[in-house]
Amino acid sequence: MNWLTWLGDFFTAPDHRSGPDSIVHRVSEHLLLSGEALLYAALLAVPLGLLIGYTGRGVTVVTALAGAARALPTLGLVTLAVLLAGVGDSAVLLPLVALAAPPLLVAAVEGVRGTDPDVRDAARGIGLTHPQVLWQVCLPSAAPTLLAGFRTATVQVIATATVAAYVGLGGLGRYVIDGLATRKYAVTVGGALLVVLLAVAAQLFFSLLARFALPPGVRAQHRAR
Amino acid sequence: MDDEPIVRWYWIGDHVGYLGHLLADHAVIALVPVLIGLLLAIPLGLACARFPRLYQPLSAVFNIVYALPSLAVFVVLIPYTGLATQATVMIPLTFYALAVLLPTTVDGLRAVPDAVRQAATAMGYGPWHRLTSVELPAAVPYLIAGLRVAAVSSISLASVGALIGRGGLGYLFIDGFQRTFPTPIVAGIALIAVLALAVDLLLVGARRVLAPWAVREKGAGS
Repeated sequence: MNWLTWLGDFFTAPDHRSGPDSIVHRVSEHLLLSGEALLYAALLAVPLGLLIGYTGRGVTVVTALAGAARALPTLGLVTLAVLLAGVGDSAVLLPLVALAAPPLLVAAVEGVRGTDPDVRDAARGIGLTHPQVLWQVCLPSAAPTLLAGFRTATVQVIATATVAAYVGLGGLGRYVIDGLATRKYAVTVGGALLVVLLAVAAQLFFSLLARFALPPGVRAQHRAR
Repeated sequence: MDDEPIVRWYWIGDHVGYLGHLLADHAVIALVPVLIGLLLAIPLGLACARFPRLYQPLSAVFNIVYALPSLAVFVVLIPYTGLATQATVMIPLTFYALAVLLPTTVDGLRAVPDAVRQAATAMGYGPWHRLTSVELPAAVPYLIAGLRVAAVSSISLASVGALIGRGGLGYLFIDGFQRTFPTPIVAGIALIAVLALAVDLLLVGARRVLAPWAVREKGAGS
Protein backbone atom coordinates (compact mmCIF):
# COMPACT_ATOMS: atom_id res chain seq x y z
CA MET A 1 0.00 0.00 0.00
CA ASN A 2 2.30 2.77 -1.05
CA TRP A 3 2.07 5.67 -3.39
CA LEU A 4 3.88 4.20 -6.32
CA THR A 5 1.77 1.05 -6.41
CA TRP A 6 -1.36 3.18 -6.12
CA LEU A 7 -0.35 5.36 -9.02
CA GLY A 8 0.87 2.38 -11.01
CA ASP A 9 -2.49 0.69 -10.53
CA PHE A 10 -4.29 3.85 -11.50
CA PHE A 11 -2.39 4.56 -14.67
CA THR A 12 -2.28 0.97 -15.93
CA ALA A 13 -5.89 -0.05 -15.23
CA PRO A 14 -7.48 -1.04 -18.57
CA ASP A 15 -10.50 1.17 -17.89
CA HIS A 16 -8.18 4.15 -17.62
CA ARG A 17 -6.41 3.37 -20.88
CA SER A 18 -9.36 3.61 -23.24
CA GLY A 19 -13.12 4.06 -23.27
CA PRO A 20 -15.32 6.63 -21.50
CA ASP A 21 -13.42 6.35 -18.20
CA SER A 22 -10.00 6.70 -19.80
CA ILE A 23 -7.59 9.32 -18.54
CA VAL A 24 -7.42 11.08 -21.89
CA HIS A 25 -11.20 11.32 -22.08
CA ARG A 26 -11.56 12.58 -18.49
CA VAL A 27 -8.83 15.17 -18.97
CA SER A 28 -10.47 16.46 -22.14
CA GLU A 29 -13.87 16.61 -20.42
CA HIS A 30 -12.28 18.55 -17.58
CA LEU A 31 -10.53 21.00 -19.89
CA LEU A 32 -13.66 21.46 -22.01
CA LEU A 33 -15.82 22.26 -19.00
CA SER A 34 -13.20 24.62 -17.54
CA GLY A 35 -12.61 26.29 -20.88
CA GLU A 36 -16.30 26.83 -21.49
CA ALA A 37 -16.76 28.38 -18.05
CA LEU A 38 -13.75 30.65 -18.57
CA LEU A 39 -14.96 31.71 -21.99
CA TYR A 40 -18.38 32.78 -20.71
CA ALA A 41 -16.84 34.47 -17.68
CA ALA A 42 -14.41 36.36 -19.89
CA LEU A 43 -17.12 37.45 -22.34
CA LEU A 44 -19.12 38.73 -19.42
CA ALA A 45 -16.47 40.22 -17.15
CA VAL A 46 -13.73 41.63 -19.38
CA PRO A 47 -15.74 44.12 -21.49
CA LEU A 48 -17.65 45.22 -18.41
CA GLY A 49 -14.43 45.58 -16.42
CA LEU A 50 -12.70 47.56 -19.18
CA LEU A 51 -15.64 49.90 -19.43
CA ILE A 52 -15.91 50.40 -15.66
CA GLY A 53 -12.18 50.88 -15.34
CA TYR A 54 -12.10 53.40 -18.16
CA THR A 55 -15.02 55.50 -16.98
CA GLY A 56 -14.15 55.05 -13.30
CA ARG A 57 -17.85 54.66 -12.50
CA GLY A 58 -19.04 52.01 -10.11
CA VAL A 59 -15.55 50.86 -9.16
CA THR A 60 -16.32 50.56 -5.46
CA VAL A 61 -19.56 48.69 -6.11
CA VAL A 62 -17.84 46.23 -8.44
CA THR A 63 -14.96 45.63 -6.03
CA ALA A 64 -17.36 45.01 -3.16
CA LEU A 65 -19.50 42.65 -5.26
CA ALA A 66 -16.47 40.73 -6.45
CA GLY A 67 -15.34 40.32 -2.86
CA ALA A 68 -18.76 39.11 -1.82
CA ALA A 69 -18.89 36.63 -4.70
CA ARG A 70 -15.75 35.00 -3.32
CA ALA A 71 -17.78 33.90 -0.31
CA LEU A 72 -20.21 31.85 -2.41
CA PRO A 73 -19.46 28.15 -1.94
CA THR A 74 -19.28 26.43 -5.33
CA LEU A 75 -20.42 23.08 -3.97
CA GLY A 76 -23.60 24.71 -2.66
CA LEU A 77 -24.26 26.52 -5.94
CA VAL A 78 -23.67 23.36 -7.97
CA THR A 79 -25.98 21.18 -5.90
CA LEU A 80 -28.67 23.86 -5.83
CA ALA A 81 -28.42 24.47 -9.58
CA VAL A 82 -28.77 20.76 -10.29
CA LEU A 83 -31.80 20.42 -8.00
CA LEU A 84 -33.47 23.39 -9.65
CA ALA A 85 -32.46 22.84 -13.28
CA GLY A 86 -31.62 19.16 -13.52
CA VAL A 87 -28.29 17.50 -14.24
CA GLY A 88 -26.60 19.09 -17.20
CA ASP A 89 -23.63 21.13 -18.24
CA SER A 90 -25.42 24.43 -17.71
CA ALA A 91 -26.12 23.60 -14.07
CA VAL A 92 -22.40 23.33 -13.40
CA LEU A 93 -21.33 26.05 -15.79
CA LEU A 94 -23.24 28.73 -13.95
CA PRO A 95 -21.41 28.29 -10.61
CA LEU A 96 -18.06 28.01 -12.39
CA VAL A 97 -18.75 31.23 -14.29
CA ALA A 98 -19.65 32.84 -10.98
CA LEU A 99 -16.29 31.66 -9.67
CA ALA A 100 -14.24 32.89 -12.62
CA ALA A 101 -15.95 36.20 -13.33
CA PRO A 102 -14.97 38.19 -10.18
CA PRO A 103 -11.17 37.89 -10.52
CA LEU A 104 -11.44 38.72 -14.24
CA LEU A 105 -13.65 41.71 -13.54
CA VAL A 106 -11.36 43.06 -10.83
CA ALA A 107 -8.28 42.49 -13.01
CA ALA A 108 -9.84 44.34 -15.95
CA VAL A 109 -10.90 47.27 -13.76
CA GLU A 110 -7.56 47.51 -11.94
CA GLY A 111 -5.59 47.06 -15.13
CA VAL A 112 -7.31 49.91 -16.96
CA ARG A 113 -7.20 52.16 -13.91
CA GLY A 114 -3.50 51.44 -13.56
CA THR A 115 -2.74 53.05 -16.93
CA ASP A 116 -0.45 56.04 -16.51
CA PRO A 117 -2.82 59.07 -16.64
CA ASP A 118 -0.18 61.09 -18.50
CA VAL A 119 -0.12 58.47 -21.23
CA ARG A 120 -3.90 58.56 -21.47
CA ASP A 121 -3.86 62.35 -21.71
CA ALA A 122 -1.16 62.21 -24.35
CA ALA A 123 -3.19 59.72 -26.37
CA ARG A 124 -6.22 62.03 -26.21
CA GLY A 125 -3.95 64.95 -27.06
CA ILE A 126 -2.70 63.42 -30.30
CA GLY A 127 -6.34 63.02 -31.36
CA LEU A 128 -7.34 59.48 -30.43
CA THR A 129 -11.02 58.96 -29.69
CA HIS A 130 -12.12 57.40 -26.40
CA PRO A 131 -12.65 53.93 -27.90
CA GLN A 132 -9.23 54.17 -29.53
CA VAL A 133 -7.59 55.15 -26.24
CA LEU A 134 -9.28 52.24 -24.48
CA TRP A 135 -8.39 49.78 -27.22
CA GLN A 136 -4.88 50.94 -28.19
CA VAL A 137 -3.54 52.40 -24.95
CA CYS A 138 -5.38 51.11 -21.91
CA LEU A 139 -5.84 47.52 -23.06
CA PRO A 140 -2.15 46.85 -23.76
CA SER A 141 -1.16 48.53 -20.54
CA ALA A 142 -3.74 46.46 -18.65
CA ALA A 143 -2.51 43.24 -20.28
CA PRO A 144 -0.21 42.07 -17.43
CA THR A 145 -2.91 42.60 -14.78
CA LEU A 146 -5.51 41.00 -17.02
CA LEU A 147 -3.25 38.03 -17.60
CA ALA A 148 -2.74 37.62 -13.85
CA GLY A 149 -6.52 37.69 -13.44
CA PHE A 150 -6.90 35.00 -16.10
CA ARG A 151 -4.31 32.91 -14.31
CA THR A 152 -6.17 33.11 -11.00
CA ALA A 153 -9.50 32.38 -12.66
CA THR A 154 -8.17 29.45 -14.71
CA VAL A 155 -6.46 27.79 -11.77
CA GLN A 156 -9.54 28.19 -9.60
CA VAL A 157 -11.89 26.86 -12.26
CA ILE A 158 -9.69 23.83 -13.01
CA ALA A 159 -9.45 23.05 -9.31
CA THR A 160 -13.15 23.56 -8.65
CA ALA A 161 -14.49 21.77 -11.74
CA THR A 162 -13.64 18.62 -9.77
CA VAL A 163 -16.78 19.28 -7.75
CA ALA A 164 -18.90 18.81 -10.91
CA ALA A 165 -18.43 15.06 -10.57
CA TYR A 166 -20.35 15.07 -7.34
CA VAL A 167 -23.59 15.83 -9.17
CA GLY A 168 -22.88 13.25 -11.84
CA LEU A 169 -20.94 15.08 -14.53
CA GLY A 170 -17.63 13.99 -16.02
CA GLY A 171 -14.14 15.38 -15.73
CA LEU A 172 -11.34 14.40 -13.41
CA GLY A 173 -13.57 14.75 -10.39
CA ARG A 174 -15.15 11.44 -11.46
CA TYR A 175 -12.01 9.60 -10.32
CA VAL A 176 -11.88 11.49 -7.04
CA ILE A 177 -15.54 11.06 -6.18
CA ASP A 178 -15.96 7.50 -7.50
CA GLY A 179 -12.77 6.43 -5.76
CA LEU A 180 -14.05 7.85 -2.49
CA ALA A 181 -17.44 6.20 -2.92
CA THR A 182 -15.97 2.79 -3.72
CA ARG A 183 -13.06 3.13 -1.24
CA LYS A 184 -10.50 2.76 -4.01
CA TYR A 185 -7.94 5.26 -2.86
CA ALA A 186 -5.68 4.50 -5.81
CA VAL A 187 -8.32 5.94 -8.14
CA THR A 188 -9.00 8.95 -5.90
CA VAL A 189 -5.35 9.81 -5.46
CA GLY A 190 -4.65 9.34 -9.16
CA GLY A 191 -7.50 11.70 -10.07
CA ALA A 192 -6.36 14.22 -7.48
CA LEU A 193 -2.83 14.11 -8.84
CA LEU A 194 -4.06 14.73 -12.38
CA VAL A 195 -6.02 17.80 -11.24
CA VAL A 196 -2.92 19.11 -9.49
CA LEU A 197 -0.86 18.56 -12.64
CA LEU A 198 -3.44 20.38 -14.77
CA ALA A 199 -3.54 23.31 -12.34
CA VAL A 200 0.25 23.57 -12.22
CA ALA A 201 0.41 23.32 -16.01
CA ALA A 202 -2.06 26.21 -16.25
CA GLN A 203 0.12 28.25 -13.87
CA LEU A 204 3.19 27.57 -16.00
CA PHE A 205 1.31 28.36 -19.20
CA PHE A 206 0.33 31.76 -17.89
CA SER A 207 3.80 32.60 -16.56
CA LEU A 208 5.22 31.77 -19.97
CA LEU A 209 2.53 33.86 -21.61
CA ALA A 210 3.36 36.77 -19.31
CA ARG A 211 7.01 36.43 -20.21
CA PHE A 212 6.74 36.08 -23.98
CA ALA A 213 3.34 37.17 -25.26
CA LEU A 214 2.92 40.66 -23.82
CA PRO A 215 3.46 43.70 -26.06
CA PRO A 216 7.21 44.50 -26.00
CA GLY A 217 6.84 47.93 -24.38
CA VAL A 218 4.61 46.60 -21.63
CA ARG A 219 6.89 43.63 -21.09
CA ALA A 220 9.91 45.88 -20.48
CA GLN A 221 7.90 48.03 -18.07
CA HIS A 222 6.59 44.94 -16.31
CA ARG A 223 10.06 43.57 -15.84
CA ALA A 224 11.47 46.87 -14.60
CA ARG A 225 9.00 46.94 -11.75
CA MET B 1 -39.05 18.85 -7.92
CA ASP B 2 -42.25 20.29 -9.34
CA ASP B 3 -44.09 21.16 -6.17
CA GLU B 4 -41.04 21.55 -3.95
CA PRO B 5 -40.53 25.21 -2.95
CA ILE B 6 -36.94 26.49 -2.83
CA VAL B 7 -37.19 27.15 0.88
CA ARG B 8 -39.43 25.44 3.42
CA TRP B 9 -39.22 27.83 6.32
CA TYR B 10 -40.53 25.38 8.90
CA TRP B 11 -37.48 23.15 8.31
CA ILE B 12 -35.20 26.03 9.23
CA GLY B 13 -37.30 26.76 12.29
CA ASP B 14 -37.11 23.12 13.37
CA HIS B 15 -33.34 22.91 12.94
CA VAL B 16 -32.05 26.13 14.48
CA GLY B 17 -29.89 24.30 17.03
CA TYR B 18 -28.51 21.96 14.40
CA LEU B 19 -27.69 24.83 12.07
CA GLY B 20 -25.98 26.69 14.91
CA HIS B 21 -23.87 23.65 15.67
CA LEU B 22 -22.79 23.35 12.03
CA LEU B 23 -22.07 27.07 11.88
CA ALA B 24 -19.79 26.86 14.92
CA ASP B 25 -18.00 23.83 13.46
CA HIS B 26 -17.61 25.65 10.17
CA ALA B 27 -16.21 28.77 11.83
CA VAL B 28 -13.58 26.69 13.66
CA ILE B 29 -12.58 24.68 10.59
CA ALA B 30 -12.37 27.75 8.38
CA LEU B 31 -10.95 30.43 10.68
CA VAL B 32 -8.44 28.68 12.93
CA PRO B 33 -6.29 27.91 9.84
CA VAL B 34 -6.35 31.61 8.92
CA LEU B 35 -5.09 32.54 12.40
CA ILE B 36 -2.35 29.92 12.25
CA GLY B 37 -1.51 31.15 8.76
CA LEU B 38 -1.16 34.69 10.11
CA LEU B 39 1.09 33.53 12.96
CA LEU B 40 3.32 31.77 10.42
CA ALA B 41 3.17 34.56 7.83
CA ILE B 42 4.57 37.29 10.12
CA PRO B 43 7.90 35.64 10.98
CA LEU B 44 8.23 34.24 7.44
CA GLY B 45 7.40 37.65 5.98
CA LEU B 46 9.99 39.31 8.23
CA ALA B 47 12.60 36.81 7.11
CA CYS B 48 11.66 37.42 3.47
CA ALA B 49 11.75 41.20 3.85
CA ARG B 50 15.20 40.97 5.41
CA PHE B 51 16.62 38.35 3.04
CA PRO B 52 15.04 39.05 -0.38
CA ARG B 53 16.76 35.99 -1.84
CA LEU B 54 14.48 33.85 0.30
CA TYR B 55 11.34 35.44 -1.09
CA GLN B 56 11.62 34.37 -4.74
CA PRO B 57 11.67 30.59 -4.13
CA LEU B 58 9.16 30.80 -1.28
CA SER B 59 6.66 32.79 -3.33
CA ALA B 60 7.06 30.34 -6.21
CA VAL B 61 6.31 27.45 -3.88
CA PHE B 62 3.25 29.13 -2.43
CA ASN B 63 2.03 30.06 -5.90
CA ILE B 64 1.91 26.37 -6.66
CA VAL B 65 0.37 25.55 -3.27
CA TYR B 66 -2.41 28.00 -4.04
CA ALA B 67 -3.06 26.20 -7.31
CA LEU B 68 -3.63 22.86 -5.61
CA PRO B 69 -7.31 21.90 -5.70
CA SER B 70 -8.63 21.65 -2.16
CA LEU B 71 -10.56 18.43 -2.76
CA ALA B 72 -7.45 16.77 -4.16
CA VAL B 73 -5.34 17.81 -1.18
CA PHE B 74 -7.97 16.63 1.31
CA VAL B 75 -8.02 13.26 -0.40
CA VAL B 76 -4.24 12.95 -0.43
CA LEU B 77 -4.11 13.69 3.30
CA ILE B 78 -6.74 11.13 4.30
CA PRO B 79 -4.33 8.20 4.79
CA TYR B 80 -2.31 10.31 7.24
CA THR B 81 -4.85 12.35 9.14
CA GLY B 82 -7.97 10.21 8.77
CA LEU B 83 -11.30 10.50 7.01
CA ALA B 84 -13.72 13.14 8.33
CA THR B 85 -11.28 14.64 10.85
CA GLN B 86 -10.84 18.37 11.35
CA ALA B 87 -7.09 18.10 10.71
CA THR B 88 -7.60 16.77 7.18
CA VAL B 89 -9.50 19.92 6.25
CA MET B 90 -7.61 22.41 8.38
CA ILE B 91 -4.06 21.59 7.30
CA PRO B 92 -4.63 22.47 3.61
CA LEU B 93 -6.65 25.55 4.57
CA THR B 94 -3.70 26.74 6.67
CA PHE B 95 -1.43 26.54 3.64
CA TYR B 96 -3.94 28.38 1.44
CA ALA B 97 -4.16 31.14 4.04
CA LEU B 98 -0.38 31.31 4.27
CA ALA B 99 -0.13 31.49 0.47
CA VAL B 100 -2.36 34.59 0.52
CA LEU B 101 -0.86 36.18 3.63
CA LEU B 102 2.86 35.82 2.92
CA PRO B 103 2.94 38.17 -0.11
CA THR B 104 0.74 40.74 1.63
CA THR B 105 2.98 40.66 4.72
CA VAL B 106 6.09 41.16 2.63
CA ASP B 107 4.42 43.96 0.64
CA GLY B 108 3.37 45.62 3.87
CA LEU B 109 6.84 45.47 5.40
CA ARG B 110 8.40 46.75 2.18
CA ALA B 111 5.96 49.61 1.96
CA VAL B 112 7.52 51.39 4.97
CA PRO B 113 9.28 54.40 3.43
CA ASP B 114 13.03 54.43 3.97
CA ALA B 115 12.81 57.93 5.40
CA VAL B 116 10.47 56.69 8.13
CA ARG B 117 12.78 53.82 8.93
CA GLN B 118 15.78 56.13 9.11
CA ALA B 119 13.88 58.61 11.22
CA ALA B 120 13.05 55.84 13.70
CA THR B 121 16.70 54.84 13.88
CA ALA B 122 17.74 58.46 14.28
CA MET B 123 15.34 58.82 17.18
CA GLY B 124 17.18 55.98 18.92
CA TYR B 125 14.90 53.04 18.18
CA GLY B 126 16.70 49.70 18.26
CA PRO B 127 15.91 47.10 15.59
CA TRP B 128 13.33 45.28 17.75
CA HIS B 129 11.63 48.44 18.95
CA ARG B 130 11.56 49.80 15.42
CA LEU B 131 9.98 46.57 14.21
CA THR B 132 7.21 46.46 16.80
CA SER B 133 6.36 50.14 16.90
CA VAL B 134 7.05 51.30 13.34
CA GLU B 135 7.29 48.56 10.76
CA LEU B 136 4.59 46.15 11.90
CA PRO B 137 1.99 48.88 12.50
CA ALA B 138 2.74 50.24 9.05
CA ALA B 139 2.06 46.79 7.61
CA VAL B 140 -1.31 46.45 9.36
CA PRO B 141 -3.46 47.73 6.47
CA TYR B 142 -1.78 45.24 4.13
CA LEU B 143 -2.12 42.42 6.62
CA ILE B 144 -5.80 43.13 7.09
CA ALA B 145 -6.39 43.32 3.34
CA GLY B 146 -4.73 39.91 3.06
CA LEU B 147 -6.71 38.55 5.99
CA ARG B 148 -9.97 39.60 4.36
CA VAL B 149 -9.19 37.64 1.21
CA ALA B 150 -7.83 34.66 3.15
CA ALA B 151 -10.75 34.49 5.59
CA VAL B 152 -13.47 34.77 2.97
CA SER B 153 -11.92 32.15 0.70
CA SER B 154 -11.25 29.87 3.64
CA ILE B 155 -14.88 30.08 4.74
CA SER B 156 -16.05 29.22 1.24
CA LEU B 157 -13.44 26.48 0.70
CA ALA B 158 -14.10 24.72 4.00
CA SER B 159 -17.46 23.57 2.66
CA VAL B 160 -15.71 21.34 0.12
CA GLY B 161 -14.54 19.31 3.12
CA ALA B 162 -18.08 17.94 3.24
CA LEU B 163 -17.18 15.65 0.35
CA ILE B 164 -14.73 13.85 2.64
CA GLY B 165 -17.09 14.03 5.59
CA ARG B 166 -16.03 17.15 7.49
CA GLY B 167 -17.14 20.43 6.02
CA GLY B 168 -19.23 22.22 8.62
CA LEU B 169 -22.08 23.89 6.75
CA GLY B 170 -20.99 22.11 3.58
CA TYR B 171 -22.71 19.04 4.96
CA LEU B 172 -26.04 20.75 4.26
CA PHE B 173 -25.23 20.71 0.52
CA ILE B 174 -24.63 16.96 0.53
CA ASP B 175 -27.70 16.36 2.67
CA GLY B 176 -29.98 18.51 0.53
CA PHE B 177 -28.67 17.07 -2.69
CA GLN B 178 -29.10 13.47 -1.61
CA ARG B 179 -32.67 14.10 -0.50
CA THR B 180 -33.56 16.37 -3.46
CA PHE B 181 -34.49 18.94 -0.85
CA PRO B 182 -33.19 22.44 -1.63
CA THR B 183 -33.94 24.07 1.73
CA PRO B 184 -30.73 22.92 3.52
CA ILE B 185 -28.64 23.97 0.53
CA VAL B 186 -30.11 27.47 0.52
CA ALA B 187 -29.67 27.67 4.29
CA GLY B 188 -26.04 26.55 3.94
CA ILE B 189 -25.22 29.10 1.25
CA ALA B 190 -26.91 31.86 3.23
CA LEU B 191 -25.13 30.98 6.49
CA ILE B 192 -21.75 30.80 4.75
CA ALA B 193 -22.35 34.19 3.17
CA VAL B 194 -23.41 35.62 6.53
CA LEU B 195 -20.35 34.18 8.28
CA ALA B 196 -18.08 35.60 5.57
CA LEU B 197 -19.75 38.98 5.77
CA ALA B 198 -19.50 39.07 9.58
CA VAL B 199 -15.79 38.21 9.53
CA ASP B 200 -15.17 40.75 6.80
CA LEU B 201 -16.92 43.51 8.76
CA LEU B 202 -14.95 42.53 11.86
CA LEU B 203 -11.70 42.89 9.93
CA VAL B 204 -12.74 46.25 8.46
CA GLY B 205 -13.53 47.38 12.01
CA ALA B 206 -10.18 46.08 13.22
CA ARG B 207 -8.43 48.10 10.56
CA ARG B 208 -10.26 51.22 11.61
CA VAL B 209 -9.09 50.70 15.20
CA LEU B 210 -5.55 49.48 14.52
CA ALA B 211 -4.71 51.61 11.51
CA PRO B 212 -6.94 54.68 11.55
CA TRP B 213 -4.70 56.43 9.03
CA ALA B 214 -5.53 53.91 6.33
CA VAL B 215 -8.88 55.40 5.38
CA ARG B 216 -8.55 54.66 1.71
CA GLU B 217 -9.83 51.27 0.70
CA LYS B 218 -6.92 49.03 -0.31
CA GLY B 219 -7.84 46.10 -2.52
CA ALA B 220 -5.64 43.09 -1.91
CA GLY B 221 -5.91 42.00 -5.52
CA SER B 222 -7.26 38.63 -6.37
